Amino acid sequence: MSHRLNRNAPHDTTPESSTTRRRFLQYTLGGSATLVLGGAFVGADDAEASVSLPELGEILDFADVIRLAETPYANNLVLEVTADNRVRFELPRLDKGQGIATAFAMLVADELDADYARTDVVLSDRRADRPFSITGNSAAIRALWGPVRSLSAQARARLVTAAARRWNVSASSLRTSQSKVIATDGRSATYGELSADAALVLVPLISVTPKSISQYKVVGTARPRKNARDIVTGAQKYTLDVDVPGAMPTVVARAPDIKGAVLSWNGSVASSMPGVLGIVPLPNGIAVTARTFKQAFDARDALQITWRPGPVRGLSDANVRSTLQQINTPLTPVLPLVGSLTATYEFPYLAHAMMEVMAAVADVRGQSAEIWYASQSPNYIAAEIAQAIGIPASKVKIHVPFAGGSFGRRLFGEVAIEAALVSKALGRPVKLMWTRNDDMRHGRFRPMSRCAIRASWLAGATLSFEHHVAAARNDFRHGLGDALSAAGVNVVPDLFNQVGFVTMISLPYRFGSTSTKLVEREFNVPTGSWRSVYSGVMTAANEIFIDEMARARGYDEVDFRLRHLDSAAAERCLRHVASAGSWGRAMPPGHAQGIAIHAEYRSAVAYLVEIDTTGPEPRLSKAYCAVDVGVPVNVSGLSAQMQGSLIDAWSSMFRAGNHLDDGRIREGSFGDFLWSRMNHSPITTEVHVFPAEAGAQPGGAGELGITAAAAACVNAYARATGTRPRRFPIQEFA
Amino acid sequence: MPVYTLTVNGEERVVDAPADMPLLYVLRDLLGITGPKYGCGVGICGACTSHIGDNVARPCIVPIQSIGAQPVTTIEGLANGGVLHPVQQAWIDEDVAQCGFCQPGQIMTAVRLLEQHSNPTDAQIDAAMSENVCRCGTYVRIRAAIKRAAAASGSR
Ligand code: FES
Ligand code: FES
Repeated sequence: MSHRLNRNAPHDTTPESSTTRRRFLQYTLGGSATLVLGGAFVGADDAEASVSLPELGEILDFADVIRLAETPYANNLVLEVTADNRVRFELPRLDKGQGIATAFAMLVADELDADYARTDVVLSDRRADRPFSITGNSAAIRALWGPVRSLSAQARARLVTAAARRWNVSASSLRTSQSKVIATDGRSATYGELSADAALVLVPLISVTPKSISQYKVVGTARPRKNARDIVTGAQKYTLDVDVPGAMPTVVARAPDIKGAVLSWNGSVASSMPGVLGIVPLPNGIAVTARTFKQAFDARDALQITWRPGPVRGLSDANVRSTLQQINTPLTPVLPLVGSLTATYEFPYLAHAMMEVMAAVADVRGQSAEIWYASQSPNYIAAEIAQAIGIPASKVKIHVPFAGGSFGRRLFGEVAIEAALVSKALGRPVKLMWTRNDDMRHGRFRPMSRCAIRASWLAGATLSFEHHVAAARNDFRHGLGDALSAAGVNVVPDLFNQVGFVTMISLPYRFGSTSTKLVEREFNVPTGSWRSVYSGVMTAANEIFIDEMARARGYDEVDFRLRHLDSAAAERCLRHVASAGSWGRAMPPGHAQGIAIHAEYRSAVAYLVEIDTTGPEPRLSKAYCAVDVGVPVNVSGLSAQMQGSLIDAWSSMFRAGNHLDDGRIREGSFGDFLWSRMNHSPITTEVHVFPAEAGAQPGGAGELGITAAAAACVNAYARATGTRPRRFPIQEFA
Repeated sequence: MPVYTLTVNGEERVVDAPADMPLLYVLRDLLGITGPKYGCGVGICGACTSHIGDNVARPCIVPIQSIGAQPVTTIEGLANGGVLHPVQQAWIDEDVAQCGFCQPGQIMTAVRLLEQHSNPTDAQIDAAMSENVCRCGTYVRIRAAIKRAAAASGSR
């Protein structure tokens, strides 16, 4: 489906376009008897299209970077109306439970007036012609909102035009509803019946301007996720469930040390065990392929391996902790006679621990590779695989299955590279699974970090707010650097994390003179962005500190925030939860409310939680959340993100963390990585979603909740117990 | 290798497997029944939860030789043809799942809870459901769906 059948007038659709010389071509794709719409960045002057991009300081957050990098390719999407009257959109993003496939189905159906039940969204294979299609920074809806509406409006206009010609009536007299074009005299035709003719339409006879938000009927409602039925019946296919003929179970023997490598090995016993099909040495282990995973595990355990010590040997939590203390930028001394508060907050390494362990299927034959891997950054993975097995990246096909969680982990894809290496060595397709132990001990971690905060005040006026962070270096080498350069932000690699930091953090308060600094150190413990990256730690620390400061200065915590807030959206959310949760109501001893806000991704959120600390361990009894994302698409999916974020917050602040012991990760599974269960969760969490207002643009949602939820839980605990938590998770250090 | 005859989701299946092979790999690798998930392989996450005879079980730690004549029911065997079990329907109505990876196990656990307690209290829900991890944090909706399913069954 690569030949252009019809060229139409160049069509600009993105908000930035008026200031640029970029030109887009919407076109129908040939080789198909039905309407397949795509688009492309065209013109011989591509290279010098001089997209005029804002300076770094104007980029308000990191998602803008992704959106800007992707802008030249923004319309490069595929939307199809099939002869059997279904609408099919290929989403160039990973759905890993955050619900974007459902949200885009709602948006496409609404804009196109398609029957929602007959609108399908599939996850696109890797698109080399969309080099910056990265799923991250809660940017999916923000980046694709404009292009998807535009494409859907284009499709609708062509279908209407085809009907007008067929019936010889004026196009503007026709209306559309539920995948049908309907004439004033009652005649109607389904989109499927019109699709072939619509593919021949050169110039639509009606406007291709997308609807206004107020005209939407599906967007802004609550819909169960599209694959809900598949999930509850067990029919949903994840990577290891995909039926790739002949792909055999594969596991890897790994060192006890982080990044430990093989010194010597003997596989003579293992190779003669039942079911074993092959043994392949890898850079960080020995892979065993067998007929079943059970046989692969048995043979793996029979391998005799001597390991080299890993590069992190000798390093434990205490060393990292004291290094962070030493390298952190000192806080400015406070002037005499001025009130002040200083606090440090320490956060541990934290595994992503998605429910679906890392897994990939690979079929490498000669000079080409076909990979199934649920990647957040498929072009980056393709380049890595190409390099590992020595073929051109253009020969690496990547299918992106629906994923069982990610939380940032799938920005990387070590498992896919390993699977490709094994498949190449054995000359057969394999399905490689990391065990839960592999995932926990050889995965990546939210960096250990230390936040030092100092504020000063004189009477009612806050004079200064300083926040200096020292952290293990976060690894961003998963394609974002390329996106950043493409967005016109030229940064030398060492500065990359600083750019990320500056664009991710926010302090939506008027606190006088503010300063934030980040110092990072490489410890060789693998790290990676963890849902909410810097703000989940550092902005949460701000919100905990702000509560302490309010109390130290004799203010009510809500009142203090309202006096200083500099974000109308955050203020609205705060007022809402304070009212819904009856902030300040009397509670028995050991019980308390806690509250916090967060503004990021052009969205805002507030949580009010109630804690009971009188039982054997503290527990939330109730929670209220109010969220403003500009334009909520699926209210149910959005609320689910806010509810899940609260569980993430409770788990990471109260229960779970990883420990580095002499170059090894202590935890191995959910038995010692103490993620919250049902009996650690609030009984109810009410989420209020603010509806879209005229002219609103969508903000991000997937990571939004963590920061405020984390701080609200800690603030409630501090108020209930009269303590000042400094080190997390609380239940380990209280 | 020994040959076993199992009744899985109402069908007789004959498999040739080592006696100590956990049921999870029999189901997934030999029978192509992929609803039960691998989440830990050692019985602590609940992603593989299915029913063996009258019991809620963790197939990742149940060797095939111990099953005998007990029927095995996985998430695939819960619906009655095209008609969903009330718990499955409640899961859709409450839009419980996020990534969904834990949900086959959650649902199988909840089904047995409701067979034992047709109208479970919050404490009973906590007790029955706390051995199943949901990394996406869907617990609030799982609780709501259990109550919805209980109400639906009670009203019939
Ligand atoms: S996979 Fe069976 S309990 Fe975790
Ligand atoms: S829905 Fe993702 S683990 Fe439960």
